Amino acid sequence: MIKVFFYLMAFITLASALVVAAGKNLVRSLFMFFVTLFGLAGLYVLALADFVAVTQIVIYVGGILVLILFAFMLSGKEALNKVSVQADGFISLKNAPALLLAGLFLVIMFNVVFKAQADNLPWVQAAISNQNIMPVNGTGINHIGVNLMTRYLLPFEVISILLMLALVGAAHLSRKPKEDEV
Amino acid sequence: MESLTRTIQAVPLNHYIFLSAIIFSIGVMGVLLRRNAIVIFMSVELMLNSVNLLLTAFSVYRGDAAGQVFVFFIMALAAAEVAVGLAIIVMIYRNTNSIDINVLNRLKW
Repeated sequence: MIKVFFYLMAFITLASALVVAAGKNLVRSLFMFFVTLFGLAGLYVLALADFVAVTQIVIYVGGILVLILFAFMLSGKEALNKVSVQADGFISLKNAPALLLAGLFLVIMFNVVFKAQADNLPWVQAAISNQNIMPVNGTGINHIGVNLMTRYLLPFEVISILLMLALVGAAHLSRKPKEDEV
Repeated sequence: MESLTRTIQAVPLNHYIFLSAIIFSIGVMGVLLRRNAIVIFMSVELMLNSVNLLLTAFSVYRGDAAGQVFVFFIMALAAAEVAVGLAIIVMIYRNTNSIDINVLNRLKW
């Protein structure tokens, strides 16, 4: 049952991700990205990270994707059409080096995974035999909160400052230039 | 509850890793092939998301939520990256009337 859910979610995610990366229509790939993010949220739930799944939906779907959508709406329609017309023929000689590079990258990663044998790693086996896996009793969020405020307090604050700086920088970048500046 | 505890073991860890590898490669392919700046952004997000999935899958076997904490850090970084990047894209669009990255070859040499 759970396996069926996993493979269903994995299939949805992969198919929509392919449309995102390779689709010709920008609008379609934008909205397929919604599907990808929701599928990934489902996979997070299956990996016992329900809080991460909710955060994924809130931050990615509610924040980042809406931001991308805004940028898409702000840039004109005719410019987008021009791009999509020029990008004719996904599998062509011009694209061959990039396709080759991505394919070889995938092959190398698969090779590493096969060599590593992740299911037979000593610490994973030990965790399974000791029942030292994360419990599903709702204390996961508790753990996250305590960790975030104790062990990872400094990175947390650094990240928040970085995010603030980035947002101020973004607001500064996208302002209308003054007349005398141009 | 007991059946839920076995949830993670129903799917082998290898399958999570393969899935993440495939999603990451799709992201790499999108970055390399597409010329639309917004699509490139979404491909970068795909790569970040595949890493997040791997972090959560591994953190279950560690028995603590430290991996999930790092997922939040990555999400915050992605938000920062998208904010700055989209501001740059909007400025580029304002100046060149296009978001085709092939137009932006003035920094090439």
